Amino acid sequence: MADVNRGNRPLSPHMQVYRLPMAAVTSIMTRITGHALVAGILLLVWWLVAAVSGPRAFAAADWVVRSWIGFIVLTGSAWALWFHTLAGIRHLFYDAGQLLRIEEAERASWAIIIGSVVLTLLSLILFFFA
Amino acid sequence: MRYITPRKAAMGLGSAHSGTADHWFLTVTSCALVLLVPAFMLVIANAIGLPHPELVAYFGRPYPALITALFIVVGMAHFIRGTRIMIDDYFQHTARKVAIIVSVVFSWAVIAAAIFALAKMTLVTVAI
Repeated sequence: MADVNRGNRPLSPHMQVYRLPMAAVTSIMTRITGHALVAGILLLVWWLVAAVSGPRAFAAADWVVRSWIGFIVLTGSAWALWFHTLAGIRHLFYDAGQLLRIEEAERASWAIIIGSVVLTLLSLILFFFA
Repeated sequence: MRYITPRKAAMGLGSAHSGTADHWFLTVTSCALVLLVPAFMLVIANAIGLPHPELVAYFGRPYPALITALFIVVGMAHFIRGTRIMIDDYFQHTARKVAIIVSVVFSWAVIAAAIFALAKMTLVTVAI
């Protein structure tokens, strides 16, 4: 058998053991939140169309919007929308050549995660108490 | 010597052959959406919980109607380009074509439904 050096060869990152950098995690989350927003927009457009379709159609849609299902979908959509918006603003910075150093991208990732949660909580507080 | 500018030599290259049009469209719509997102969330937050006649009257007013219409038209146009990037990444051949067609048809159906509802609420409000 050939004398193969098995000890110190460089390895490519294997997806099952490779810890994704925060910039990669938030990048994937941007795509997921953008597509998941389809649920919120469908619920709201159904609600708007039901409002001009008649009292029974509106009663059904309005019940869903105001139920706990509607609360979960709309709160989730509010978070997804804030997350996607903050991540989109970061893309505008990326395009301008900003925030591209690793530490900056890492910090911006945490700013997006924390910012989206804070803005969602603020939205909920404004909705229920203002 | 070829009498051709570097720009001319580069035009039409790249996998999309259409340069940066999609990227630029996403950039322009994202700038608009930065303003439209908070405005739309406020409009919806004020609308949820209204009784049926008040809700119709609310969306018959210019500000809620225009913000909602703009958000859904610009948002779904942004959505078409965004899903296109995802589809190009994960689907090949016929599945890719079908996914693109479904995404475009779905998005325009959402836009049409929203505009129809808003137009009808505006007309009902004017009739009153």
